[in-house]
Amino acid sequence: MKIGLLHSLIRKDEKFLLDEFRARQGLELVMIDDRKLTFELGKDSFDIDVLLERSINHSRALHALKLFESAGITCVNNSHVALICGDKLLTSDALANHQIPQPRIKIAFTEDAALEAIEELGYPVVLKPAVGSWGRLLSKVNDRDAAESILEHKTILGTYHHSIFYIQEYIEKRGRDIRSFVIGDQCVAAVYRSSDHWITNTARGAQASNCDVTSDLAELSLRAASAVGGGIVVVDLFETSDGLQVNEVNYTMEFKNSIHTTGVNIPVLIVDYVVNVAKGDVDG
Amino acid sequence: MSASANLECPICGGEVTLGGDTLQGELIECSDCGTELEVTSIKPFAVAEAPQEEEDWGE
Repeated sequence: MKIGLLHSLIRKDEKFLLDEFRARQGLELVMIDDRKLTFELGKDSFDIDVLLERSINHSRALHALKLFESAGITCVNNSHVALICGDKLLTSDALANHQIPQPRIKIAFTEDAALEAIEELGYPVVLKPAVGSWGRLLSKVNDRDAAESILEHKTILGTYHHSIFYIQEYIEKRGRDIRSFVIGDQCVAAVYRSSDHWITNTARGAQASNCDVTSDLAELSLRAASAVGGGIVVVDLFETSDGLQVNEVNYTMEFKNSIHTTGVNIPVLIVDYVVNVAKGDVDG
Repeated sequence: MSASANLECPICGGEVTLGGDTLQGELIECSDCGTELEVTSIKPFAVAEAPQEEEDWGE
């Protein structure tokens, strides 16, 4: 069995995966560096049985996955999941369409409309770029003065993406949120991400600690994963007075800080899943 | 698998040790200055400062 690994820089997460793939009998790993990759539309063929996507750039992952699929390759995750999860607006829309609890979210396309939406949601409110990760360019807007200037900055300084205003109700997280790890039809682990800062990404210094996977957490995580197309995803959740709410879903699972924390060998489970997809035992 | 090697950090000149299982494209950190480096070649070993985070990097 030949497994393609689409990658850019090789991080500790990818190193864990590589070690696990190489430890398996009968698996041949084909490394595909997205910085060297070229396609010729309508003519491509790839000698692999399945592709596991591990790119750092969302734009490359999204388009490469589509082109691999056009060449007949089953991908994990598939391009639909990348499309939905890579854009918070599409993710939240998918969650809404599946009646999954999430904070109130308003979308606007002009400064005036966005200011009206912000005022209606009330302060503080959170603005996020639809496409972004690791806590980048998140704004907690505490009053109208801040709202006016941030909206102006986003309009003038940013590309057109930044005039798609994604406005989310501010949730008081009391210092932590939850990240759950879903692989196929299993919620295999979860961590609390704790920080004194209102942004709780580990990329921003939040500390991970184990979180028991309760039946509520598992059920909501699996529903959220299914809403965006499933596969190997992480679900970020808030603990609110109304119960758990889903904040977002990510499709290139980062887990290097969560193996020891949870005691769950996540890379083993990822490789198992990819192999099962390649065998056709599981849909990609 | 190649033998391990000691290289010079391109940023601070500190010593960077690459193990035999080092991969091309791998991210490592200079233990002296903390700069993130990319292994740009393994035969021979070579490192460069890792690319800066871009707007669509992430999960």
